[in-house]
Amino acid sequence: MPNDLPAALSDWFAARNWAPHPHQFEMLDAAAEGRSALLIAPTGGGKTLAGFLPSLAELIEADPAPEGLHTLYISPLKALAVDIHRNLEIHIADMKLPIRAETRTGDTPQSKRQRQRRTPPQMLMTTPESLALLLSYEDAPEIFGQLRCVIVDELHALEDNKRGDLLSLGLSRLTGLAPDARRVGLSATVAEPDRLRRWLSPTRDAGDVSLVLGESGAEPRIDVLETAVEMPWSGHMGTHAIPEVYELLRDGGTTIVFVNTRAQAEIIFQELWRLNEDGLRIALHHGSLAPEQRRKVEAAMARGDLDAVVATSSLDLGVDWAAVDLVIQVGAPKGSTRLLQRVGRSNHRLDSPSRAVLVPANRFEVLECRAAIDAVRAHTLDGIPARPGGLDVLGQHILGTARAGPVDREALFEEVRTAGPYIELSREDFDDVFNFVATGGYALGGYEKFQRLFRTSNGTYEITSPAAVRDYRMNVGTIVEAPTLKVRMGRGRVLGEVEENFVNYMTAGDTFVFAGRLLEFVEVRETSVITRPGKGDAPAVPAYVGGRFPLSTHLADRVRTILSDPKTWADLPAQVSNWLDVQRWRSVLPSRDGLLIETFPRANKHYLVAYSFEGRNAHQTLGMLLTRRMERAGLGPLGFVATDYVIGVWSTKSCEAADLDALFDEDMLGDDLEAWMAESSMLKRTFRNIAVIAGLIQRRHPGEEKSRRQVTFNSDLIYDVLRSHEPNHILLRATRADAGAGLTDVRRLSDMLARVRGRITHRHLDRVSPLAVPILLEIGRESVYGAAIDELLGEQAEDLISEAMDNVGTKELGFDAA
Amino acid sequence: MPPVTRSTRATADIELGGQPIVLDHSGAAWLPDGGDLLVADLHFEKGSAFAARGQGLLPPYDTVETLRRLERVCARVKPKRVICLGDTLHDVAGEARMAEGDRQRLSRLVAAHDWVWIAGNHDPEPPAAMGGEVMHELKIGDLVLRHDVAEADAAAAIPVGEICGHYHPKAAVRVRGRRISGRCFATDGRRLIMPAFGAYTGGLNAREPAIDDLLSPRFHVYMIGRAGLFAFRRDQLLSDPKRAV
Repeated sequence: MPNDLPAALSDWFAARNWAPHPHQFEMLDAAAEGRSALLIAPTGGGKTLAGFLPSLAELIEADPAPEGLHTLYISPLKALAVDIHRNLEIHIADMKLPIRAETRTGDTPQSKRQRQRRTPPQMLMTTPESLALLLSYEDAPEIFGQLRCVIVDELHALEDNKRGDLLSLGLSRLTGLAPDARRVGLSATVAEPDRLRRWLSPTRDAGDVSLVLGESGAEPRIDVLETAVEMPWSGHMGTHAIPEVYELLRDGGTTIVFVNTRAQAEIIFQELWRLNEDGLRIALHHGSLAPEQRRKVEAAMARGDLDAVVATSSLDLGVDWAAVDLVIQVGAPKGSTRLLQRVGRSNHRLDSPSRAVLVPANRFEVLECRAAIDAVRAHTLDGIPARPGGLDVLGQHILGTARAGPVDREALFEEVRTAGPYIELSREDFDDVFNFVATGGYALGGYEKFQRLFRTSNGTYEITSPAAVRDYRMNVGTIVEAPTLKVRMGRGRVLGEVEENFVNYMTAGDTFVFAGRLLEFVEVRETSVITRPGKGDAPAVPAYVGGRFPLSTHLADRVRTILSDPKTWADLPAQVSNWLDVQRWRSVLPSRDGLLIETFPRANKHYLVAYSFEGRNAHQTLGMLLTRRMERAGLGPLGFVATDYVIGVWSTKSCEAADLDALFDEDMLGDDLEAWMAESSMLKRTFRNIAVIAGLIQRRHPGEEKSRRQVTFNSDLIYDVLRSHEPNHILLRATRADAGAGLTDVRRLSDMLARVRGRITHRHLDRVSPLAVPILLEIGRESVYGAAIDELLGEQAEDLISEAMDNVGTKELGFDAA
Repeated sequence: MPPVTRSTRATADIELGGQPIVLDHSGAAWLPDGGDLLVADLHFEKGSAFAARGQGLLPPYDTVETLRRLERVCARVKPKRVICLGDTLHDVAGEARMAEGDRQRLSRLVAAHDWVWIAGNHDPEPPAAMGGEVMHELKIGDLVLRHDVAEADAAAAIPVGEICGHYHPKAAVRVRGRRISGRCFATDGRRLIMPAFGAYTGGLNAREPAIDDLLSPRFHVYMIGRAGLFAFRRDQLLSDPKRAV
């Protein structure tokens, strides 16, 4: 052990028979040189301790002990900040160090927050949002003036989203206030470490961040589960495999069963308990459950009191549990990076392998699971396309900065450009965002007298109104949730939350599964859904918005490779390789780089199935564009359905003789996409989020709905008006950028269309092909759309006409009897 | 049952108190006999009212957008008289905030027609400086035109035919698993509640008691889609989940 580790620390290691890992020494070295550092290590390698060791060493060695905030720790999860704090407190107590460490989150009491501002602790654990709020106080320079180190945990989960944008801007502010503070990033394994270094760097130069790699553990052991019953042709739940999954739980020690959606978590949990004759302790964990409930499950897991927990991505991040013996992934993993991170949740001893079992939910998912295992073995990860920082987040940051004190516009521009996601920010965009914050930034003047920022005689900008100050504090953050309602048992206990939209479709007596129980919907009362225990067997499962990740480009490529090469089918289950064999005989296999399109008639309709493998989101967009084109070509499209693998369209006329090269030409992304995007609800939703984050409209706060009704504004109305009068306004530019780049699906689509140009294989068949069966089964399972709203309404109106004719006179209804 | 053809119609013909009325996809309505065009709740200068109160710098284009819609429907229908059913201005100070160009456009429109401003709760004094006549209510044959329903009528005696604004009705329906909502006309054959015409006017679900209680349980709505009007019975409409008080 080198001499430069303070005695208190080396004694502490020695007392545990531990030796610091090499990467922990490297982190100490980087700190000694005053350099920022990025540590990439699998879980279980003492990663968090490696982040804190240099700070502990500094605080021990300094004499007298420095006053003021020395180390700031930022976690994407409030609960993680609390856990890390608890662990650190234990170490500090063991070492008998005079160090004060505290947390600061949305849950911290007001009195404690005020004391933290007056006399900050030496170590503070917080979240990106709480940091933004702290930075907006006039006394931010005093709070952060002594800062020596900022630790960002789970950096991989922040780097590519708006919370990360907000944090990066906060870091740039911190460097302005405390130029000597080092930055430390802690991350799971990622495809491009240099991108994280650039994100973390205080100087725009990735080279100023030392890269430290933890030891990689033993290679994980991952298998695909084979089941007794026939492999399903479609569906995503994986319930067919429940008996085998239950066997694994019984024999496997402590297990995490990861699933892809909350609805799936509810179903798998129910089905496992149905078989649970051994009284296994199986718990449920997902993002809609009440936070107290989730904390309870986590604590029970940490104590080793559970045999298994069924979880969604809500457990992807968080504290390490050394005791997890097995990870089961039900449903295909969708990406190799996520699979690797989930598998890493099992067995934190580096010298023995993590164990995982994949449970494909249908035939295509068998191929995807195989592809994911190949990818993990080959150490290839999913690349995530880089995205520029959000301009809405920048607007929020500018207002927050002005909240703390007068703003020098030039200096702020320079400072913002040191934040990783904003390195390429143009002066024009910055000015437009700045003007938006100040006066709304509209070409039509007139709001100068209502401005939020006021230019003083010395050229700085100051915030004008107390209302703007209040609005900032109420609206800080980048997470704009769909409105939710609490789910209550009777008038009593809160079980969790569901999106308002889900409840819109329920009537009294409907049943649904939630928090692992069958519930009957009674009524909505204020902001709660009142339920009672339900009876019966056929619930409507909560259809939570989102939560489903699309297949990654990297895995899609591997799936196409497997499909196109029969030599790789040897280790596929027999029913799957048979399925592919019959496809080869009846039609043809999709090639690796081309695009297979099949057309066939069925039950008075004509089908077109394209095997494009670009993920659900890209396929949804493709479906909208394709049906528009088919409409113009007179093919009479009736609807479409998209999965991660294929898209199916049905129409009144056959596409047998259609010019498919023209139908799938790249130019559909020009005119058609533009027109569709402008109309689409997706763009309006994106605009709403941007308008809230940028501070154009206010968030709804619980309990304020009535009193602030005038203030909550329908963002669709604003979108429509702004689009027709100032289409190039900065918020519309930000909306288009988010919709295009943020969702990545448009880019995937354009890459695909470019790739398959001149390589489209068309097979016209007299009936459905084996590969097309899954998509046909999806029809009717999903709500199908693609027609314009008026057409949908017209459909309903037709039903109405026939109904209405019997009830009331046509005259009264205002329709002519045709 | 007569054969049904699918067509999207931009207008609907109804009768109110024996008087035929045409409802238009723009949110306006007209009386074919007298050449009267009706619009309700224009809420001019709503955006600037928010800005003036420090409640957000909304795009200042609502007045010009509402004007444009009004000019278009006037050009299309060519009414003799235009009747604004109240809340033409979002607030009393709205007229002073109106841009000079917008004021001139409105004046030109007023000058080209017989014009009636019915006073609303937001604008007890409508912009009479531009011309036109200010009234609290207007009778056309058996029809009464008001901003809000008359107090005494609200609970008890329903008039033979009454047209009002004020409530900004909106309807929501479920179609193939999707919820679709939009502004609407609401009528039970004796009372017609007009949708708000202004570009920034939101809506109140027609199933909320404030509207529901004003109409007989057999009322219908005519919902405004992208290019057409769509009729629905009251029992086909979705309510909004209730919110905290």
